[in-house]
Amino acid sequence: MFLRNKFSGGIHPPTYKELTQNCPIEEIPPPQKVVIPLIQHIGGPCLPLVKSGEEVKLGQKIGSSDKYISSPVHASLAGKVSHIEDFNHPVLGKSPAIFIERGQDSYTNAISQKDPTGLSPEELKKIIQEAGIVGLGGAGFPTHVKLSPPKPIEVLILNAAECEPYLTCDERLLCEKPSEILKGLEIIIKIISPQEIFLGIEDNKEEAIGILKNTLQAMGLTNKIKMVILKTKYPQGGEKQLIKAITGKEVPSGGLPFDVGVLVQNVQTAFAIYEAVYKGKPLYERVITVSGKAIKKRGNFKVRIGTLVSEIVEFCGGFIENPKKIIFGGPMMGIAQWSLEVPVIKGTSGILFLSEEELNFEEPGPCIRCGRCIEVCPAKIMPASIALAGEYKRWNIVPQYHPLDCIECGACSYICPTRRDLVQFIKLAKQYGK
Amino acid sequence: MENNLIVSVSPHIKTKDSYIKIMWSVVLALLPAGIAGVFIFGLSALKVIVISLITALLTEAIIQKLRHKRITIFDGSCFITGLLLAYNLPPSVPWWLPSVGSFFAIAIVKQAFGGLGYNIFNPALAGRAFLLASWPLHMTRWTPPHWTTDAVSSATPLAILKHNLSDAVSGATLIGIVREREFSHTLSFYGKLFLGDRAGCIGEVCILAILLGAVFLLYKGYIRWYTPFSFIFTVGFLSWVFLGKGLFKGDWLFYILTGGLFLGAFFMATDYVTTPLTKKGQIIFGLGCGILTFLIRKFSGYPEGVSYSILMMNAATPIIDRYTKPKKFGIIKQKQ
Repeated sequence: MFLRNKFSGGIHPPTYKELTQNCPIEEIPPPQKVVIPLIQHIGGPCLPLVKSGEEVKLGQKIGSSDKYISSPVHASLAGKVSHIEDFNHPVLGKSPAIFIERGQDSYTNAISQKDPTGLSPEELKKIIQEAGIVGLGGAGFPTHVKLSPPKPIEVLILNAAECEPYLTCDERLLCEKPSEILKGLEIIIKIISPQEIFLGIEDNKEEAIGILKNTLQAMGLTNKIKMVILKTKYPQGGEKQLIKAITGKEVPSGGLPFDVGVLVQNVQTAFAIYEAVYKGKPLYERVITVSGKAIKKRGNFKVRIGTLVSEIVEFCGGFIENPKKIIFGGPMMGIAQWSLEVPVIKGTSGILFLSEEELNFEEPGPCIRCGRCIEVCPAKIMPASIALAGEYKRWNIVPQYHPLDCIECGACSYICPTRRDLVQFIKLAKQYGK
Repeated sequence: MENNLIVSVSPHIKTKDSYIKIMWSVVLALLPAGIAGVFIFGLSALKVIVISLITALLTEAIIQKLRHKRITIFDGSCFITGLLLAYNLPPSVPWWLPSVGSFFAIAIVKQAFGGLGYNIFNPALAGRAFLLASWPLHMTRWTPPHWTTDAVSSATPLAILKHNLSDAVSGATLIGIVREREFSHTLSFYGKLFLGDRAGCIGEVCILAILLGAVFLLYKGYIRWYTPFSFIFTVGFLSWVFLGKGLFKGDWLFYILTGGLFLGAFFMATDYVTTPLTKKGQIIFGLGCGILTFLIRKFSGYPEGVSYSILMMNAATPIIDRYTKPKKFGIIKQKQ
């Protein structure tokens, strides 16, 4: 347990974690209907394996792709496939999706269960692939691909930073299922055999830190897995920032963590790996945080993938006031929704119903060149200059400010005193600035 | 309900520090220096401040109206310009002078370039430069603090030193001050300079009041120490080396406490719009200001150079920005 090098930049927004930090994980009962998008990951889209009218069991594989970089989807409800058509998608806007209506409860083990101690890394990876596990921090990169890096991995980091405000689902899971998560981590260790293993967690999660310490001791892992307590600062959980903070290494511009021999995995991903390997359970449910001042009941809920937001709102007793924004993910990097008819997908870490007061919305003004965006930028680029060039559509001068290095953490837009949409300009610059 | 949902790019929460809050904090931080000025020079100083402020507000409102823009005179930024212009004037100028200066600062230097955020030069300083070029006599007629008896004419300590003014031309008290300095480096002499017991511009004389405001802004994080520190340090250092009787014998404390150095360093060289974006750039900006101030004080016909040096460095800001980009994340020396 120690503090290491910090990354430069970053911000300290109010965390709002107290809204849900002490809410134990509660299961939302299976809804009457789920909508499973066929694209919930980075990579090749799945093709449906079932037809409308077909009966499906809970956990049955219903969509897959023959591409290596892809991940299958599973039925999160036992019942009947009512139809397959394009539907709202929280990230992509629209995507083909399988509609399942609830029927007789039945379960199938999509993955054959074996004694995990005897399995080889290749067999373990196969199980992870079959279980449809993707990075559950939000990006949704297929985990079996991430666990097959082209270069040897020296350092493995379990990312328990959870630096986004409001979100507490990882923290609760750490408090309630610490040994399961560590067992999942041990499977990852077995697959990639790193020399050093770290568990990075922000210092505002005192309960989880205590529980983890005890669990590590009880499991005899204290020497193997080093817990690193990080300063609470956004974006501490950003992959590159976490690596910098823990190992002092900088992932090269344009590169990936394996370029410096590091692999980062999210808490919930480790838990999903545990469930797949030890219980043969594919990824059809996850823990999300429901928060924001507009919703009546806030908390951390275990929900089936494909559950619609409207069902969750109903379970939570409706709204206290009409929300101004509904966000999938955290408030810094999450995606605003235009409808309640949107399904939860694998990468959904939270759903926030924000009131007008929380948004603090003001019209953007001119850049006053205060330089704060540059001060807080963890990628150390110049958001102000990119936005100024973008305002006049001078995309040709943008590359000198390196928009491609932006991780879109939103620290610049957060801090901007004239409320400029810096992230939006940088996103445009990534597209046009060539 | 769904029709009322806002859909926009992340992030969805914003800091409560809006620029309006920052601007009004700067106004607040400027108040002590103004109050001290009025206390030292009497009500004529207050008259200058009020006229300058009202002209700034009116000019901004009329121009925004003519340009069919939202009228934003209460965002605090033209308050700052109005105050700073007045602070840079001698207390006894005729009533129309602050009015003309304020109009020039807002209409030509700020609004003609596009308003807040788009001006190249610090409006208040450019306004002062315009007045100094047009009405040099009014701009260099100084009044001593109102408690001194010889109110005929006076000169600033720097001017006395520069032009070797005789007792006949300048106020006897000030000559006294400078002579006193030459013979004995007494605490009371520097104390007088620190508290503002001298002739000078309204807002520049009381260093204590300026520092009060500056500490508040530094504490709130609205200004950074990089520019003021490097500016004042450079002036002090160069004065120490070159402005004495022989090398390394200059009275650096005298040179940093006189003139408009503290006001300029803390409130005008830290103006967001017209100064560099990065820390490195801001340090260079301060260094440049310091060197130019020293050169002007030593070699030019003017006794004081703070405002010109800042204006010149304003012009250099784009080029400083170009060469002081931060080193982006992930560029590391490859180890063999």
